[in-house]
Amino acid sequence: MLGKLTIDALPFYSWVAMGGAGVTVGGALLVMAVITYFGKWRYLWTEWLTSLDHKRIGIMYIVLALVMLVRGFVDAIMMRAQQAVALNSEGYLPPDHFDQIFSSHGTIMIFFMAMPFMTGLLNIAVPLQIGARDVAFPFLNSVSLWMTAGGAALVMISLVIGKFSTAGWTGYPPYSGIEYSPDVGVDYWICALLISGVGSTLAGINFVVTIIKRRAPGMTLMRMPLFTWTALISSLLMVFAFPALTVACALLGLDRFFGMHFFTNEDGGNLMNYINLFWIWGHPEVYILILPAFGIFSEVVSTLSAKRLYGYRSLVYATIAIGLLSFCVWLHHFFTMGSSANVNAVFGIATMVIAVPTGVKIFDWLLTLFRGRIRFHPSIYWTIGFIVTFVIGGMSGVLLAMPPVDYLFHNSTFLVAHFHNAIIPGVLFGYLAGFGLWFPKAMGFKLNERWGFRAFWCWLIGFYLAFMPLYVLGFHGMARRMETYNVAEWQPYLVVAALGAVVILCGVVCQVIQMTLSIRHWREERDLTGDPWVHGRSLEWMTSSPPPPYNFAVIPTVKSRDAFHEMKRHGTAYRRPARYEDIYMPKNSAVGPLLGGLAFLLGFAAVWHIWWLVAVSALAILATVVIRCFDDDPDYCITAAEVEAIENRRFEAMALADTEPEEAARHPAFAAQMLPARAT
Amino acid sequence: MSGDMSEAAPAMDARAREEAENLRQREFGFWLYLLSDAIIFALLFMTYVVMVDSTAGALTGRHLFSLSNTFLETMLLLFSSITFGFAWLSARADRRSHVLGWLLVTFVLGAGFVFLEVNELIGMAAAGAGPGESGFLSAFFTLVGTHGLHVSFGLLFIAIMSLQIALRGLNPYAMSRLYRLGLFWHFLDIVWIGIFSVVYLPGLL
Repeated sequence: MLGKLTIDALPFYSWVAMGGAGVTVGGALLVMAVITYFGKWRYLWTEWLTSLDHKRIGIMYIVLALVMLVRGFVDAIMMRAQQAVALNSEGYLPPDHFDQIFSSHGTIMIFFMAMPFMTGLLNIAVPLQIGARDVAFPFLNSVSLWMTAGGAALVMISLVIGKFSTAGWTGYPPYSGIEYSPDVGVDYWICALLISGVGSTLAGINFVVTIIKRRAPGMTLMRMPLFTWTALISSLLMVFAFPALTVACALLGLDRFFGMHFFTNEDGGNLMNYINLFWIWGHPEVYILILPAFGIFSEVVSTLSAKRLYGYRSLVYATIAIGLLSFCVWLHHFFTMGSSANVNAVFGIATMVIAVPTGVKIFDWLLTLFRGRIRFHPSIYWTIGFIVTFVIGGMSGVLLAMPPVDYLFHNSTFLVAHFHNAIIPGVLFGYLAGFGLWFPKAMGFKLNERWGFRAFWCWLIGFYLAFMPLYVLGFHGMARRMETYNVAEWQPYLVVAALGAVVILCGVVCQVIQMTLSIRHWREERDLTGDPWVHGRSLEWMTSSPPPPYNFAVIPTVKSRDAFHEMKRHGTAYRRPARYEDIYMPKNSAVGPLLGGLAFLLGFAAVWHIWWLVAVSALAILATVVIRCFDDDPDYCITAAEVEAIENRRFEAMALADTEPEEAARHPAFAAQMLPARAT
Repeated sequence: MSGDMSEAAPAMDARAREEAENLRQREFGFWLYLLSDAIIFALLFMTYVVMVDSTAGALTGRHLFSLSNTFLETMLLLFSSITFGFAWLSARADRRSHVLGWLLVTFVLGAGFVFLEVNELIGMAAAGAGPGESGFLSAFFTLVGTHGLHVSFGLLFIAIMSLQIALRGLNPYAMSRLYRLGLFWHFLDIVWIGIFSVVYLPGLL
């Protein structure tokens, strides 16, 4: 009846694992209790969970990402603590548990922190930047969100029921095969990736169509804001790269579930094929994550230094070049697998070539900042911190691109230092800069800056303390993922690295304080104009903060790059139209959360071999999709009168922008504007 | 009163144009989906080619494949593509009963294909050449099975499409869906030609 699921699946094997399970369950119960206490279930369901509004879906994506960031960070600090104390001893984590932690850390940070964070920022900014009312497929957008959430839920529940994979975030066979990993960990990993992979593929398709087809009249490709350009290339990469991950995971699953021989040691299996498939996705994935961050840096430097972006065209071509090259370098992840010297050389050179367009970008950002009137906001700090730190990470990457050097550093902590040195500044700093930049747009008030600076310094200093020692340890020959070691000279470096993790923890705490204070004092930091940085250049700053459900009462006509900036220059930015028209927006739909829940159930049932539940949930998914096929009327109408009322309130609020914040906060136009028309 | 009419008419036009544009965007999105699906098949083909000699001492394609069966499958699928084309032409001519008739023929041909394929795979498994026997057989079953699964889903959607057309007629939504279903069906035909030329022909020659 319950397949392999028995009472032994609970984590009795270690107190630390029990603690993790307790925190997960307790946290979930606490959140539910708070929602129940405030009686907010209905509000949450009708206004958020079932919403097809791209801004709300974006916010939910980012909430998911921040929760998973905390989870992934707890994994990280546990690993650092273990390695700091594990000289000639077992440390405090049993080996099996340590292996689960490094596997879940990587899996979570890539798939359930970075991916949702990126998709969330795309959701919030892209439709606004191109002057659209929504994404092309709002319903699919909700399905993507809930598929990602379903995958994340599978990873979280593996803390409580059963174990997570011990095969690392890359899950290399034959170790991840059934012979060496007979328990459910790898199955959790496969199911979580397959389910969230569906969400990512659909999100990619959605944003390609949105950007190609939904731009405001006059917005040619070369007039698109740079973030939209990077979102387009990144979405194309998602469409073309994620199938490879799906195939790699599915074939590994077939080996494990049905005894096939794709990647086994015997009966004709070929594990090298897995490694190729995985990295055919894996390398473009790096650029799927980092290109939107590059777009954010471009927006931040021009908006916050009140200058036109330097070298727009070169940034666009560099983005396209990186997108193309990203598919030509995957082999550099396994130079040591034994391809011929010439093959390794080709991929090594291709890898170094990527540094060229990336270098172009660095100079463009620097030259945008040069002689700009820089507003020293945390987002600018994140950007400058990125430029300095990322250059170091890029240099160590060029070093690793040389196959003979790579043979020496393969699987050492030098590699760990390198990719964290690229991803933390390149991806995470970028997203946090974008978070600060667009937070007032999405929420209607600005983030507290003082605690933002504190968070930045903790993250930056903590990063250097945590990862520079790993470069040195790589030179000393320390392999990655070591649960225990017997070289006394390593320990001081590992202690410093652990201290770095503690400093980063302070940064995370600062961010929690920042968020709490910002929400508590939101009235003082209210953005009444919709253009909180005063020098907003692209269309997202033209509408109110938060924008109404339809974003733009009248779709703007674009005449140049930096469209909103030009409108402000010509005094046409805030003109009231002669009359408003009815606007049709998508109705809420419970199908998205339902499909996410069913996919979670399907994954859970497959992990535990509960075959009847697999069949039931698969049929339920199919039935839900078929029923949805019959819904030809998914829109509701916001009448011209309602639009006019919302817009009038907006203009009233803008008029208040010059008055004192406290006085403005008491004005009725204010409260009214916080409640956008509800979809019914 | 005439003023009311002249205001209402352009608004309705704008709404209809918006709907038509939405449907065109769905068609573009569907092309992108097919591209990503094509990559799945490309990688499965690649895996098959890598593993075709990894027979681990078990049976090879020369022992297992039957040219006559494959020929029949090919004919069924190719003709189903033609009959789907006829369904589309009838839809363009707004002949609902003809559309339903041709969709039925397509369904029968497609179901015949799936029947033959399932029969072939079950026969192989029964003869001791199941997907767990060797890397070659794993790759074969997965590639051909993935295609067969796609065809089966296509059959399901042909059935639902027919039901929608029968109930609601050939409205713009139905036409757009029929167009996308057609893309899917013809796409599976192209993939099958790939399977025929990469799997069956070299296996037998």
